[in-house]
Amino acid sequence: MARPVADREEVAVADPVLELRDASLSYGSRTLWSGLDLQVRPGELVAVLGGNGTGKTSLLRAVLGLQQLSAGTMQVAGHAPRRGDASIGYVPQQRRIDSHTPLRVRDLVRQGLDGHRWGIGRPGRVRWDRVDAALAQVGASAYADMPLSLLSGGEQQRARVAQALVGDPSLLLCDEPLLSLDQSSQRTVTELVDRRRREHGTAVLFVTHEINPVLPYVDRVLYLAGGRFRIGTVDEVLNSEALSALYGTRVEVLRHGDQVLVAGAPHHVEHHAAPCVHEDEDVAR
Amino acid sequence: MSDVWGQLFDFRDYGALLPLVANSLLAGAVLGLVGGMVSSIVMMRDLPFAVHGISELSFAGATGALLIGAGVVAGALAGSVVAALLIGVLGASARSRSSIVGVLMPFGLGLGILFLSLYDGRAANKFGLLIGQIVSVDDPQLTAMLVSGAVVAVGMLVLWRPLVFASTDPEVAAARGVPVRALSIAFMVLLGLAVAISVQTIGALLVLSIICTPAAAAFRVSANPRVVVALSSAFGFTAMVGGILLATGSRLPITPYVTTLSFAIFVVCAGVGAWRQRHGWSRARALAPSSRVAEPATT
Repeated sequence: MARPVADREEVAVADPVLELRDASLSYGSRTLWSGLDLQVRPGELVAVLGGNGTGKTSLLRAVLGLQQLSAGTMQVAGHAPRRGDASIGYVPQQRRIDSHTPLRVRDLVRQGLDGHRWGIGRPGRVRWDRVDAALAQVGASAYADMPLSLLSGGEQQRARVAQALVGDPSLLLCDEPLLSLDQSSQRTVTELVDRRRREHGTAVLFVTHEINPVLPYVDRVLYLAGGRFRIGTVDEVLNSEALSALYGTRVEVLRHGDQVLVAGAPHHVEHHAAPCVHEDEDVAR
Repeated sequence: MSDVWGQLFDFRDYGALLPLVANSLLAGAVLGLVGGMVSSIVMMRDLPFAVHGISELSFAGATGALLIGAGVVAGALAGSVVAALLIGVLGASARSRSSIVGVLMPFGLGLGILFLSLYDGRAANKFGLLIGQIVSVDDPQLTAMLVSGAVVAVGMLVLWRPLVFASTDPEVAAARGVPVRALSIAFMVLLGLAVAISVQTIGALLVLSIICTPAAAAFRVSANPRVVVALSSAFGFTAMVGGILLATGSRLPITPYVTTLSFAIFVVCAGVGAWRQRHGWSRARALAPSSRVAEPATT
C-alpha cells in the first residue's frame, strides 16, 4: 500500500481495511458525530450501535462514497471512498420481495456481480460459476432457481448475503440485516457473516439495533449517541458506567449470560432496549 | 347474431386489404416488441397507474397538435414526455407518484376533450386518439413511430442491467454505485416515448393493454428475467399484430381485438402460473429444507 504507515502499532498487524481519522459528519448545523477515529482490520467484526438519527446509516453511506465527510479522512481498502467500490459488500435489511420481482435467487446474487454494469451482458459471459460459489457459501444452492418471492424472509436474507459476498469483498457492510427476521434466521445470518470473516478475512461493520444476536461474534463495539461515541470491546462499552458517561444520564446495562439489556437510555434510543426485551421474552418462552 | 359475427370477423377480400394495413402492421409489430420490454420495467417499478396518466397527457398533446395543425406524432410525443418527466421528478415515492398522476390525468383528458371539441376535422381521427384507430398509419407517421421505437429499444438495452437492479432493489443498487435517481428519470423518458407510439395506434384509454398486460402475464409464468422479457415482448407482438390482422376487413377499430387478445394471453398465463405455484416451484421448494437444516456447516 502506498500510504505511509503512521504509527508503530499498525506495523505489527495487517493494514486496516477501513480507517477513519478525526472524521466528522454533519448536516448543516447538526453534527452526527465528530472526531471519530476507527480502524477495522481484516477479519474484524465491529458492531455499530445507537438509536435512530445517531448517524449509523450515514457512516455506511460515507464508506460507500455516497456521503462526504464534513471533516477528517477515510480510507477504504487503501483508497478514498468511491461510489460502486467493488471491494465492499453490502447487506441491507430484509424487505418483503413481492411477486412483481421477476428474479430467481441466482439472479439476485448475480446483481452483486454485474448489476451495475451497462447493457444486457452477453449471455455466455455471465460468471454463473461465481454465483454458484456464493450460493454454496451461504448454503442456498438448493433453491438457486426458485423465484425470490416464494422464499421466506430468512431465505431471502441468505440470498442477500450471497449477493454481498459474490464480489469477494474485503469489507462487508451490514445495515440492520437482522431486522424483522425470526430468531433462527437471525442466528443463520450472523453465523454466515461470522464464517465469512473468519475464513476470508473480510472486515465487517455490522449496524444493528439488536446487539444480542451478534454479541458472541463482536470484536468491538462503536456506540453512537447524541453526537458522541464510544469505541471498545463489548465489556468496555456495554457497561453502566461507559454508557452513562456517553449519554450523560444514568443508564443501566444488565448482562445475563449471553444477553445484554440497556435500560434507561434517553428517549430517542429507547427502541434500542425494546428489541432486547423481546429477545428475553423469546428466551423465556 | 350472425350479423354481429359478420361485423367482427370479415375476411372477404382479405388479400386485397392486407397491403393497406402494411404500415399499421409494421408499427404494431414494433410497438408490441418495445412495449413488452418497457412493460417489464413498468411492472417492476409499479408504474401502471403512471402509464395511464402519461397516456392521457399524450392524448392532450396529440389533440392539441391536431387543433393547431402540427403533427399528431409530435404532439403525442411532447405531451407524454412532459408528463413522464413531471411524474418522474415529482413522484419519487409511490404515494406522491399516485397523487401527481391522479392530478395530471383528468387535467390531460379534459384538455384533450377541449381540443377535440374545438377541432372540426375528420371524425375518425378525433376518437381514434382516445379509443384507437381503424387501421391507418401514413408514411411520415410510420417513420416517426419506427424512430421512436428504435430509440426506446436501444435505450432499454443500454440501461437494462442497472435499471433492473435499481427497479428491484434501489437501496442495494445505490450502495453499488448505480445512479438510481438518474435511471428513474431516463426510464420515464423512454416510457413517455413508448406511450406516445401506443396512443396513436390503440388509443390513450387502452395503452395499458400493451404497456402492462404483456409483462403482467409473463410475470405469472416465470421469474427468470430473460424469459420474462422475451415472453412479454412476444405477448405484446402477438396481441398487436394478431389484433390488427383480425381487425382488417371489419370496419371496427383494432382496439377491441388487441385488448381481448392481450387479456386472453394474461388469463392463460395466470392459469399456468397458478398450476406452477402448486406443482412446479413448490416441488423444488420442498427439496430445499433438508439442505437448509444442514447449513451452515461450520456451526
